[in-house]
Amino acid sequence: MHVPLRAIAHTRSGDKGDISNIVVVAYEADFHAPLTAQLTPARVKTHFKGVVTGAVERYDVARLGVLNFVLHGALGGGVSRSLCLDNYGKALGAAMLSIEIEIPDDWAPRLRGPSTASA
Amino acid sequence: MNLRIGAGAAWWGDRISPAALNAAEGNLDYLCFETMAEATVSAAQVRARRDPSFQGYDTYFDDRMHAVLPACIKRGTRIISNQGWINPIGAATRAKALLAEHGAPAWKVAAVTGSVISLERLHELGATLMETGGPIGSIPGEIVSAEAYLGAEPIVEALKAGAHIVITGRVADPSIFLAPMMHDFCWSASDAARLGQGSGIGHLMECGAQVTGGYFADPGYKDVPEPWNLGFPIAEVEADGSAVITKVAGTGGAVNRQTILEQMFYEVHDPANYITPDVVVDFTSAIIEESGLNRVRVSGIGGKRRTDTLKVSIGAQEGFIGEDMFFYAGPGALERAKLAETILRERFKIINLKAEDLRIDFLGVNAIHGALSPAPIAPPYEVAVRVAARTKTRADAEKIGREVDAMAVSGVGHTGKRVPHADRVREVIGIWSALVPRSALTPQIRFV
Repeated sequence: MHVPLRAIAHTRSGDKGDISNIVVVAYEADFHAPLTAQLTPARVKTHFKGVVTGAVERYDVARLGVLNFVLHGALGGGVSRSLCLDNYGKALGAAMLSIEIEIPDDWAPRLRGPSTASA
Repeated sequence: MNLRIGAGAAWWGDRISPAALNAAEGNLDYLCFETMAEATVSAAQVRARRDPSFQGYDTYFDDRMHAVLPACIKRGTRIISNQGWINPIGAATRAKALLAEHGAPAWKVAAVTGSVISLERLHELGATLMETGGPIGSIPGEIVSAEAYLGAEPIVEALKAGAHIVITGRVADPSIFLAPMMHDFCWSASDAARLGQGSGIGHLMECGAQVTGGYFADPGYKDVPEPWNLGFPIAEVEADGSAVITKVAGTGGAVNRQTILEQMFYEVHDPANYITPDVVVDFTSAIIEESGLNRVRVSGIGGKRRTDTLKVSIGAQEGFIGEDMFFYAGPGALERAKLAETILRERFKIINLKAEDLRIDFLGVNAIHGALSPAPIAPPYEVAVRVAARTKTRADAEKIGREVDAMAVSGVGHTGKRVPHADRVREVIGIWSALVPRSALTPQIRFV
């Protein structure tokens, strides 16, 4: 089944110049594998189209259940130049939560939040 | 015997009462304040030029010190703080006066200076910009500030010389927390393993409540007890740098594996190579163990020898941003907002607004995530129209607010307006970075 990323992982965004990093933390150790397989830099770049103008890098720290994404050109030219109301991109990490991830059906009872299955 | 280090602030605007609580009930050896953002020095320099009454250090300095000094003096808790901004000596002098007021005139206060680097020196060094690879001279606009991120060493030196309070200008955030570990555990500046672990703990602490349940709650997914009453973190550090992150009992918030992980990677790019002035931190080997309620032991963070360079942050005036908003509600709110956008765009042509970038957003629809926002499923009941433009001149930036003013009587039906509305124009200070050899900076300690 497909679920929003939010059902299996949580995120936080941080800023540095015109770069936003978004860490994706799996709620449980085995939730990390489908994230690694499906949450590719290319997919994230596509998801953030229109906001992120540069490259997307990914660092995989499997032993901590973490994927760290580095989004270049994500903050409108930099925190101080950005015309975005959220010029630090503090809320940007939430944009990752809606990405759909395919997971085994029998994980359903372990998902976070209200019933999240969409397919 | 472990070392107890508490956080007192994660930024200039942070809440003050949790710092007072950490001082009073944290049984702390050290209380550390981090109050600077990337643009703090540039903004302070610009303000200092115009406002002779500006002291050049944290504008909440007195409030923070009054809140924590009584308990710190009583317990013997030393204070390390980067509240000195562009005037560490001024802040240190003020601290000395406040100490006298609080009955501790014998307490020693040191200022760490020497993070500022001159433009001439930057040119001499042939420094290049990390953002573009170009020379310093390629920065558009007037450079208003340039300062290096210093490390923990000058703070350690001040502690060794007997300082009870150390006030710095620009230093790297984790260094503020690493310094007391280096001092009390007698770590050498070349001990990369311990400095890596200690800086990793410092990184977890530097954003205060962000590791104790702040910037975290998501109802139904990540729930946080009493989020109105968050405690600031305390690190109980052992001699090898491993530490338990916790908070004062009875406070709200949470310290758990999830809060630790979110903060461990906050503002981190390559987690195996997080560069600080003191050491290159490797978070990928971290061991995170929940050892009790709101107690998480963090160990195993690695360290590699520090780089030969220091990062310099350069602030340059690039222009202005003009910004304002007005709003609609009820049936047709979004349609009225769209007509308002059309009117504004036509008006900007008529008045010949010269903008380098212009953005009109609908709050409640697309103002935060911009192009990522899905179309509304149902008509939004309320919509705020926010307009912002980046301009070369202040006069152009002021036109944004003036056109929004006109929308009150010359705009669309049912336009709500926001008054009073000061500060609709702000200066843009672009931040650039460059690396310089360590030898280019000479940190100094001065007791006041």
